[in-house]
Amino acid sequence: MPITTKDVLHVADLARLEVNEADAALYTAQLQKILGHVEKLSEVDTQDAGNKATETAGTRVLREDKAVKGMSQDDALKNAPERSDGCIKVPQIIE
Amino acid sequence: MDLTSLTVHELSALLQKREVSSVEVTSAYLKRIASLNERLGAYITVTDVEAIAAAKEADKRLSSNTGAPLTGVPISVKDIFCTAGVRTTCASKILENFIPAYDAAIVAKLKDAGAVILGKNNMDEFAMGSSTENSAFFPARNPWDLQRVPGGSSGGSASAVAADLSAASVGTDTGGSIRQPASCCGVVGLKPTYGRVSRYGMIAFASSLDQAGPITKDVTDAAIMLAAIAGHDPLDSTSVDSSVPNFPGLLSRGVKGLRIGIPKEYFIEGMDSEVSASVNNALDCLKKEGALAVPITLPHTEYAVSVYYLLATAEASSNLARFDGVKYGLRVGAASLIDMYKKSRAAGFGPEVKRRIMLGTYALSAGYYDAYYKKASEVRALIKRDFDEAFKTCDVIATPTCPTPAFKLGEKTQDPLTMYLSDIFTISCNLAGIPGISVPCGFTKDKLPIGLQLLGAPFDEATILRAAYTFEQTAGIRKEKSGL
Repeated sequence: MPITTKDVLHVADLARLEVNEADAALYTAQLQKILGHVEKLSEVDTQDAGNKATETAGTRVLREDKAVKGMSQDDALKNAPERSDGCIKVPQIIE
Repeated sequence: MDLTSLTVHELSALLQKREVSSVEVTSAYLKRIASLNERLGAYITVTDVEAIAAAKEADKRLSSNTGAPLTGVPISVKDIFCTAGVRTTCASKILENFIPAYDAAIVAKLKDAGAVILGKNNMDEFAMGSSTENSAFFPARNPWDLQRVPGGSSGGSASAVAADLSAASVGTDTGGSIRQPASCCGVVGLKPTYGRVSRYGMIAFASSLDQAGPITKDVTDAAIMLAAIAGHDPLDSTSVDSSVPNFPGLLSRGVKGLRIGIPKEYFIEGMDSEVSASVNNALDCLKKEGALAVPITLPHTEYAVSVYYLLATAEASSNLARFDGVKYGLRVGAASLIDMYKKSRAAGFGPEVKRRIMLGTYALSAGYYDAYYKKASEVRALIKRDFDEAFKTCDVIATPTCPTPAFKLGEKTQDPLTMYLSDIFTISCNLAGIPGISVPCGFTKDKLPIGLQLLGAPFDEATILRAAYTFEQTAGIRKEKSGL
């Protein structure tokens, strides 16, 4: 499956990355080479592999659903690029 | 006596006996960092004020005999771990001014143990790379040859420990990022079993593969550091609730009768001859100590790199979606929210991070999911099965850590695929979730370190530590220093 510059621009849009045409051409060539390499996975017979790959050695341990003291509003907002009245400020999203 | 050349356990003994103070040791390290970090690029941030304050506290604990093995010992952590009040960049422009409000679980544990944190080690941006050249700030360098990379992504950690800029460091390993730099720099690097160490507060790259672990001057230190950071954490549901063995106490039982699996897929034609000779010597050494070599096969090895670069990038594309200029990190202003995301991410991420986000997004996107992500998940299950089968006939698996010694800066930056292939021997371990250690096993004729990798069954770090310790004690490689 050859990847085109159009695909790369589409993927960049999905990934919310601004990419210019020159970069897109470079990424296309590089991704094509990587995808060419991973193509060899198609030769593996995975019929009886199941989909247990993400199972890890131990069992998941969930903590009790009990409220604990969290971070203060001030701490949580400390790294926000823009804030006002205890909220994070972003460009207008509703017309 | 040069305090900075000592191991954690040697320093700890002196500190406990009050023969030196933590303030003295910490000052010696800060002095050495000030004189060498510009050349090595091992630290992004040096926390000298905090370190001296912590050293003073440690000295109080030590004088009231309430110290632990790490109390007063100056260490460093990779800049991927959140540190309350101390800038945490992940070597990215997007987090250049990020100051976390909390400590990562391992940082909290190390502080509780009384360790003194000297600063935050350089790394490849978001842990994506094998050379530390992808740091957005400056590359780290190899103390054995400053024209060569220290490996990556925990290259700053390995460089710092090898050059005595910290007694030990904690790095992270998603596809080899602890073991490969440890091998390149001639130090010990241990990736614990997935779930052994909490990932809370460790900035996520690929959540099903990431694991924190120590980079140290010797195997005893690796055991001490692992014991200090391991254990269940209610804040990480993937950290496993099982008791933590007394790793340092289990090192010296020898290897008599230990079955060492030798996978034929890792000893291939065309491998660097000095690497293969050195690793074979190490195996002979372990056999002389009573270990038995068992030929094994890991038939899906050749697919590991492909599986890894689909799964790790897919997970990264999802994990890194949080860096959007809204809640923290770099924001580039724009009229619409979507444009703000796009411009902030374009300005904040470096080329390798963007490449991986795009590859991962592609592997997950409509029409390609089955061929890439799903297929890779299935092959991952087969790779894990290979190891399950192998551990029925052996106790540890021995391989080279890297196919070559450390390469030169700039040598592989133009071709991402070549760079990816330098992880060929370390990646399967993460895909299978098993523990692995790299221990120095020799040098090339140009005086570049070579590493032996030992892989273990899940949660059996004790056995690979014991085998590595036996080898280290018998071979005496560690006594050599880079001369910086």
